[in-house]
Amino acid sequence: MIRIENVSFARGGTEILRDVSLELPSGGVTAIVGPNGAGKSTLLSLIGRLQPLQAGRITVGGHAVDSTPGAELAKVLAILRQDNGVASRLRVRELVAFGRFPHSRGRLSNEDRAHVAASLAAFGLDAFAERFVETLSGGQRQRALIAMAFCQDTPCLLLDEPLNNLDMFHARDLMRRLRAAADERGRTVVAVLHDINHAAAYADRIVAMKDGRVVADGPPAELMTPETLERVFGHRIRVTTIDGRPVALHHL
Amino acid sequence: MIGRAPLALAALAALALLATAAFLALNLRGDIGFALELRGARLLALVCVGVSIATSTIVFQTVTGNRILTPSVMGLDALYGFVQIGLVFALGGLGFATLDPRMKFAGETALMTAMALALFLPMLRARLDMTLMLLSGVVLGVLLRSLSSLLARVIDPNDFAIASGASFASFNAVRGDLLAVASLMTIAACVVVWRARHVLDVLALGQDASTALGVDWRRTVAGLLALVAALVAVSTALVGPMVFVGLLVVALAERVVNTRRHAVLLPAAALTAIVVLVGGQATLQHGLGGASALAIVVEFAGGLLFLALLFAESRRR
Repeated sequence: MIRIENVSFARGGTEILRDVSLELPSGGVTAIVGPNGAGKSTLLSLIGRLQPLQAGRITVGGHAVDSTPGAELAKVLAILRQDNGVASRLRVRELVAFGRFPHSRGRLSNEDRAHVAASLAAFGLDAFAERFVETLSGGQRQRALIAMAFCQDTPCLLLDEPLNNLDMFHARDLMRRLRAAADERGRTVVAVLHDINHAAAYADRIVAMKDGRVVADGPPAELMTPETLERVFGHRIRVTTIDGRPVALHHL
Repeated sequence: MIGRAPLALAALAALALLATAAFLALNLRGDIGFALELRGARLLALVCVGVSIATSTIVFQTVTGNRILTPSVMGLDALYGFVQIGLVFALGGLGFATLDPRMKFAGETALMTAMALALFLPMLRARLDMTLMLLSGVVLGVLLRSLSSLLARVIDPNDFAIASGASFASFNAVRGDLLAVASLMTIAACVVVWRARHVLDVLALGQDASTALGVDWRRTVAGLLALVAALVAVSTALVGPMVFVGLLVVALAERVVNTRRHAVLLPAAALTAIVVLVGGQATLQHGLGGASALAIVVEFAGGLLFLALLFAESRRR
């Protein structure tokens, strides 16, 4: 479970987050949506202790993110940011194996190897396993990075724009895997998503942010209304229902 | 992938042994015991320098996330020179000359480590891109060298003579008095780096990814930078500043073993450095009759490689 209490964050005099409080129960998929500059990525990186907390308090599974040793926290939460430079001369298998570092400290056991193999297979990376990461396309690289985060096998998984660069097939595939991770293994998945329809179709809960605040929060059916979407994104969006699911026609 | 690395390492080790044997045995005349003792000390110094340059370069490249940087390109050996002349300035020539060389070396290393941390940690935390990093390194180097020469002008001529005597070391005039303490420091640093080899692999992924994997980025990097400074002090004290050797041996080793994994790259680069330095010195001395200085040859090759890498890097984007 993730608890965020009164978190504010400013950079260079600009307020990015203003007094955000949220409670995300264990298990389930939560999507964070919102326009550019809403503070979604900042919130995610604060939960993942990639930036120091300035004000407020965040705990993940009872561990305060600013005072728990990093190595311990790495067994509780995995985070993938959206801008990832990748070191050179690194094979896909080696990259994915880094996900096991918190457990193995670099000495892979057979169990670690099994995790790596499973992750590679799950994200369709078997054919590229021995290739250097820098020779992959953007989407393939993104899949390798997601596989690495999955491989960390933590109760809590934070993903920043995981659908970036992914084609339709792999985007859908990833969302289904996130769903399965929550349903079958009880993992808590929090993902910043750009596409409201992916969020609506696969998330249990959507948190909408704007100007550093949470402006709407609830299950997709509740949130997917033209009024709420207009309040968040700034333009009138038609919402229809297909097979009982709300679909936003945001591009029209 | 599994088969290649051990094979390459074995080949490098064989070459290094060959170079060592050639260095010790070629043209051995006269009192063999005496000659071997003399050569043995120089061999030890060359090996020390090679290993410390290779190790410090790899660690520095990993920490900065940049394969073109070396500690020397960033002005770390200029820092060593500055610390040395600064000490002469502060203590006076007589005070400096009467200090025990080993104590002095230890003090200089400590001072230099502290200064290196003060200079580089803020730069690393600001996450400058490569061009800026390189530029600041060059500017830093020029600044430190200018400060050194300013101090050299200010101190009195006797002190100057002592200072320049202390900083003139080369492959032909290795500082024997520091050999014991330098080898101890190299060994200690190498042990620490070797134990951190998996952490280094993680650090190469960058600050965010290593934090996500549970590595305390700031503390680890600060510790590693301190080690790099100490290793640069070792090699600079023994044979003087060398800018491009590290770059040369690490790039060569990386091509031979075809990986950046530190468990393989660290020994490979150390062995390559031994082959280049010991083998090069043996060839120049005995094969070519001392026609040229090793430093010049190696620096020339390294400099060309630096340009080539810079070109390749800029072509990639």
